[in-house]
Amino acid sequence: MITLSASELMTINIGPQHPSTHGGLHVEAVLDGEMVTDAIVHLGYVHRAVEKIAEGKTYVQFIPYTSRLDYLASHLPTLGYVQAVEKLMGIEVPERAEYIRVIMAELSRIASHLLFIGSMAMDLGATTGLIYCFRDRERIMDMFEMTSGQRMIASYMRIGGVAEDVPEEFYPAVGSFLKDLPAMLKEYDGLIFGNEILQARVKGIGRLTAQDAVAYGVSGPNLRACGVDYDIRKAEPYGIYDRFDFEVPVAQGGDCWDRIMVRVEEIVQSARIIEQAVNGLPAGEIKAKTPRILKAEKGAEVYHRIESSKGELGYYIVGDGSEKPYRLHVRAPSFINLAVLPLISRGGLLQDIIANIATLDPVLGESDR
Amino acid sequence: MSQILQDIQTFMGDKIEVSQDKHYTCISTGADNLPALLGRLKEIHGFNYLANLTAVDYPDRFEIIYHLHSIPANHKIMVKSSVSREEAQFPSTAYLWPGADWQERELFDLMGIKFQNHPNLIRILLPDDFEGHPLRKDFKVKG
Amino acid sequence: MESLFLDIAQTLTGWLQSLGLSAVWADFILLIIQFACVAGIVTINVIILIWLERKVSGFIQLRLGPNRLGPWGAFQTIADAIKLLTKEDIIPTRTDKWIFRTAPLFFITVAMMLYLVIPMGDGMQIVDLNIGVFYFISLASLSTIALLMAGWSSNNKWSLLGAMRSVAQMISYEIPLTFSLLGVIMIAGSLRLSDIVAAQSNIWFIVFQPVAFITYFIAATAELNRGPFDMPEAEQELTAGAYTEYTGMRWALFFLAEYTNLVAVSAMASTMFLGGWQGPWLPSWLWIIIKTYIIMFVFMWIKWTFPRIRMDHLMSFSWKVLLPVSLANIVVTGVGIYVFKWMGWC
Repeated sequence: MITLSASELMTINIGPQHPSTHGGLHVEAVLDGEMVTDAIVHLGYVHRAVEKIAEGKTYVQFIPYTSRLDYLASHLPTLGYVQAVEKLMGIEVPERAEYIRVIMAELSRIASHLLFIGSMAMDLGATTGLIYCFRDRERIMDMFEMTSGQRMIASYMRIGGVAEDVPEEFYPAVGSFLKDLPAMLKEYDGLIFGNEILQARVKGIGRLTAQDAVAYGVSGPNLRACGVDYDIRKAEPYGIYDRFDFEVPVAQGGDCWDRIMVRVEEIVQSARIIEQAVNGLPAGEIKAKTPRILKAEKGAEVYHRIESSKGELGYYIVGDGSEKPYRLHVRAPSFINLAVLPLISRGGLLQDIIANIATLDPVLGESDR
Repeated sequence: MSQILQDIQTFMGDKIEVSQDKHYTCISTGADNLPALLGRLKEIHGFNYLANLTAVDYPDRFEIIYHLHSIPANHKIMVKSSVSREEAQFPSTAYLWPGADWQERELFDLMGIKFQNHPNLIRILLPDDFEGHPLRKDFKVKG
Repeated sequence: MESLFLDIAQTLTGWLQSLGLSAVWADFILLIIQFACVAGIVTINVIILIWLERKVSGFIQLRLGPNRLGPWGAFQTIADAIKLLTKEDIIPTRTDKWIFRTAPLFFITVAMMLYLVIPMGDGMQIVDLNIGVFYFISLASLSTIALLMAGWSSNNKWSLLGAMRSVAQMISYEIPLTFSLLGVIMIAGSLRLSDIVAAQSNIWFIVFQPVAFITYFIAATAELNRGPFDMPEAEQELTAGAYTEYTGMRWALFFLAEYTNLVAVSAMASTMFLGGWQGPWLPSWLWIIIKTYIIMFVFMWIKWTFPRIRMDHLMSFSWKVLLPVSLANIVVTGVGIYVFKWMGWC
């Protein structure tokens, strides 16, 4: 008697050298034909032992390292770090610095989401979409250059404030960018989101239920795409976020399409925050008077979390009375969000893995640390 | 929040210690009591979101820290537990929060803490043949 | 200007015969020269095309494209060709070497053979086969085998997946491609390409067969493995699909063959639907070049605008949309011809 066995499985390695893994991500896909029966994520190709480095650096010296975690939205991880240290040491930040921080953080968020749209389009084969998004992201990079002298990894935040005041030419630049933003989004709508092929590739793909998302600790736009209204800027406002009027976009489906749409809507909301912050920018100091050598008390500990463009970015810092942290842990949203990749990829096609990676939007510098 | 604490105190009795700092309410307990405590927090009190799981290497002990949140109710709580450095073992909580899976693997990888009943306790960031656990204080940084 | 190339051929034959060769031998040598000319045309075309593709994509993507070598970067492709020729030829150890080596040669040979029947001007056809369309279609589908050879022999999973995809895709799109050409053949009443061109002297077939033109265009895009149907290559998913293991000149041959196919399929579209070499004022061979390049520009435009379709959507689109539409087109054409005859309009 002949028994028909299931077709033979094929293991295929997506990455670490692969055009659409956003850095050194390695996904081991087990395929049945083109159907994915399992996807195993291997990390660590960009591991730099940031947490160990932190133990050998003073609190101030560690600031540049944080910029290099999520290099696509570099102000956000730096903001999280300096706020955590301020919380740890009880440092008050001047008003003007708080407003500048919000402007920079939200510009970073827009830059990161613009790059998300572009790289997502490219991963799905629409290379032109990438260039259009880069063109517009470039204007934000120019603004960063005006304020900090650096475009990508700015290290602009300081403990107790920011490094430099914003120059005069910054205001017209940000004003014109906000004015042009609706037109940009309309253009993406025509080129990328409105495309039938793209919609067919992302709608209903990589569905994540709200329950799974919360249990896996997924955060940020990926969580909100599943219908969970949870934004740390609202749930546990840090800095001066409670002063701004903005909405938290939530979608219900939890598929790739919703993850895209939530981010597009977040761009609009971030623009609202920036507008309010620029209009309400008070005059005054940009940096608090802090001691030359910053020391945390022995046994002092803090867990501070912010809503980064990728999700909940948290810093857990323990002080030991010296000028260096005793322990510093980064809760990296990309790392924890990636854990659901096998869950949402199983049962799909090989091409859906690419869509899933693209819409989960991991930054490997952050997830590997 | 105070109701939750009261319930936990009656449930756990004198096995826990509650303290309060500026930002978090902290429950400290022994490693053996962790499953009961965390299970109660998750199943009864709706702490469905494990925000952060990390550990600290103190000279005499390993301390593990759970930052838990409940998403609709917006409660937060911190749970701490310690074991001696020689033992270096905690019960796994991956069955409560699947998200703990990778964070426990990371702690195993970098800190050398073992987790009982973990489904897949292998290194996650470092190569499989790496020797030592770099986040331990006695890890030799200079070669 | 019109009979420039024909005059050259005439002179050549005359000269060969004056050397004492018989007419048959002179024709034979001329045929060899014609083959060589096709190879030359193809190579020059590809060099222009690759440059054009880069410029067009640059234009679409708000970039400049190549602009360093020569005027408007025109020598970029030549520099690339030199680079590819001098590159180390790597054949991975565990490949099926014989098949690995022959696949690109097979691909380019098949692509070149397509040009035998394409009328490149008034009377400028190497062989005027009475089954020209049939010959073209059957040869065009042979390139699948070359891709399968490449994918299979590479002993690489990405290559294999790419090859499998391309086979599935080409077989599915072959049918709507053929059916959309059938409408034209029914009207012209001939499989001979020169007859089809002659039948369009008054009005182009795109007027009678707009649906067939669109289905032909879509099916041809898939047949050419160009975006949004570039499944076998699928850079963002399969790294480079069937070509992953190829380097240097072998890889360049694949590239060359793909562009050769592009020219052939575009020339076929202009022959079948846009009146071929016919047109006012300009010489006939210039007309077909203009029409072919316009069609190729549209191919590029589409490639650089659309994302890649998913494999299963690709298959269902072929079987559930393109095939019924092209079948319906045949039925409507048949009825239309009958009605025309009955009314005595033709």
